[in-house]
Amino acid sequence: MNGGDILSLITVFVLAAFVGFEVIAKVPSTLHTPLMSGTNAIHGVVLVGAMLVLGTASSTSQMVLGFVAVVLATLNVVGGFVVTDRMLEMFKVRKSPAAPAEPVSTMAPSPEGGQK
Amino acid sequence: MSLGTGIRLADLIAAICFILALRGLTGPKTARYGNLLGAGGMTLAVAITFATNGLTHFLLIVGAMAIGAVIAVPAARLVKMTAMPQMVAAFNGVGGGAAALIALATFLRAPAGSLAVYQVVEVLLGVVIGCVSFSGSCIAFAKLQELITGRPITYSGQQVWNGIIAIAILGLGVTVCVSSFNWLVAIVLVLALAFGVAFVLPVGGADVPVLISLLNSFTGLAVAASGFVLHSVVLVVAGTLVGASGTLLTQMMSRAMGRSLPNILFSAFGSVITATGGAEGDTTRSVRSASAEDIAILLAYANKVIVVPGYGLAVAQAQHTIRELADLLESRGVQVIYAIHPVAGRMPGHMNVLLAEANVPYEQLKEMDEANPEFQSADVALVVGANDVVNPAAKNNPGSPIYGMPILAVDEARNIVFMKRSMRPGFAGIDNELLFDPKTTLLFGDAKDSLTKVVAAVKAL
Repeated sequence: MNGGDILSLITVFVLAAFVGFEVIAKVPSTLHTPLMSGTNAIHGVVLVGAMLVLGTASSTSQMVLGFVAVVLATLNVVGGFVVTDRMLEMFKVRKSPAAPAEPVSTMAPSPEGGQK
Repeated sequence: MSLGTGIRLADLIAAICFILALRGLTGPKTARYGNLLGAGGMTLAVAITFATNGLTHFLLIVGAMAIGAVIAVPAARLVKMTAMPQMVAAFNGVGGGAAALIALATFLRAPAGSLAVYQVVEVLLGVVIGCVSFSGSCIAFAKLQELITGRPITYSGQQVWNGIIAIAILGLGVTVCVSSFNWLVAIVLVLALAFGVAFVLPVGGADVPVLISLLNSFTGLAVAASGFVLHSVVLVVAGTLVGASGTLLTQMMSRAMGRSLPNILFSAFGSVITATGGAEGDTTRSVRSASAEDIAILLAYANKVIVVPGYGLAVAQAQHTIRELADLLESRGVQVIYAIHPVAGRMPGHMNVLLAEANVPYEQLKEMDEANPEFQSADVALVVGANDVVNPAAKNNPGSPIYGMPILAVDEARNIVFMKRSMRPGFAGIDNELLFDPKTTLLFGDAKDSLTKVVAAVKAL
């Protein structure tokens, strides 16, 4: 990688940092937990890096490291999105009573609700 | 269009999806759509990676992904809503671990001495931040899961030791950069793991969620660092987004608790209590406890009842029972509202999720600012499994570790009913003066059992 490449990556880094700060300027406290969980899922993109390491591995040790990394990263990304979706599903249930004319079915307990 | 250009375009689309996903997650109406958009971007980024030039071992990759998914999906679907914080901690930790392994593997692959200094720095950042996030998340998980005590764990010279570890990591890192002693990276790795543990041990259980949010942004930065190592734009963008937004979110959370972040991280609650606890630590003072029938009468003949749910309610899985009680009271003409402290439960917003799960009507949930003026006109404040968020010490006692934290004005209600398991202080380990107040009545026992008894008693009236 030459000097130009690292500079363009640093540019991307700085701009992304600003976007990260700006985009969540105002969050109601009720959404803090889902937002934390959602951002947690997004850094699961590390899976792409783990795939590159495993996919270009040329020795056993490389393959072991890459394999473990892919397993861990998949846990992060899959678990992260599923947990977040479960939390947000409940928010949807909570929101619907605001419109009293809604059919009863939308107020039925979510599938998770019944398991508790 | 060449394959390389296609991959870069897909990465760009994925990055846009992540940004829009974050934006969506900040509003209640768009949150779910935002999360799905994030998952969509992720699927695209992963799918296009299979098309990378020179990528082999497809079976191994798919096998590893299958293993991960087979563990993650049931874990995420079956986890109880109350255990959500530690689940997030676990998923966060493995992400940090993956980032550290990626940086390490790339470092070991390069022939010794072939990496430029800035490349070694990238590797070290990935390894160190990833390891701190991994081991820190493990300890946070253990604390919330109550595998180890939730109290702050302190030992003498703690800050000094942490300082020494940090300096050693820094010194060894510089040595690796300027020399060819590559094996030193292994020591850096071990030290970083140790630092993560040492960093989390002194943080009190009630503060762990804020800490998880911080570790979440650490993992974001570790992912960004591994993006630098691999020259992957999508890793740099997504990692940095999470790093930046996670830092901001951490600040918002600590503000909701009325404390600064350094205060949460470095002033172990326990040591403060021993300094101020003398006068109030005395548990021999008398409290008034009552039977479920007494409480039922108090509630059934009230005009207005405010329910203050806390973590104890969640642990006992009593959110459905409290709703049953509220419905019963309403059918008798009692006005019932729920006052939700921003950090009720163990994470901001946690209690809203739990009550939504029990189908508590949205309009009965009041945020703290909305709820506090209501207490003056309330006949009964029913505190179920909450303690620190109603402790008047936060208003009156400058020596208290929670001084300055905004609390629910339960003390202004005409009667206060506490449902508690025991006289044990709350998660933060601080005694609550309100328990000894003459207008307070206590009902000891598991929140669900107590509520069930009260429901039965109200029905019998």
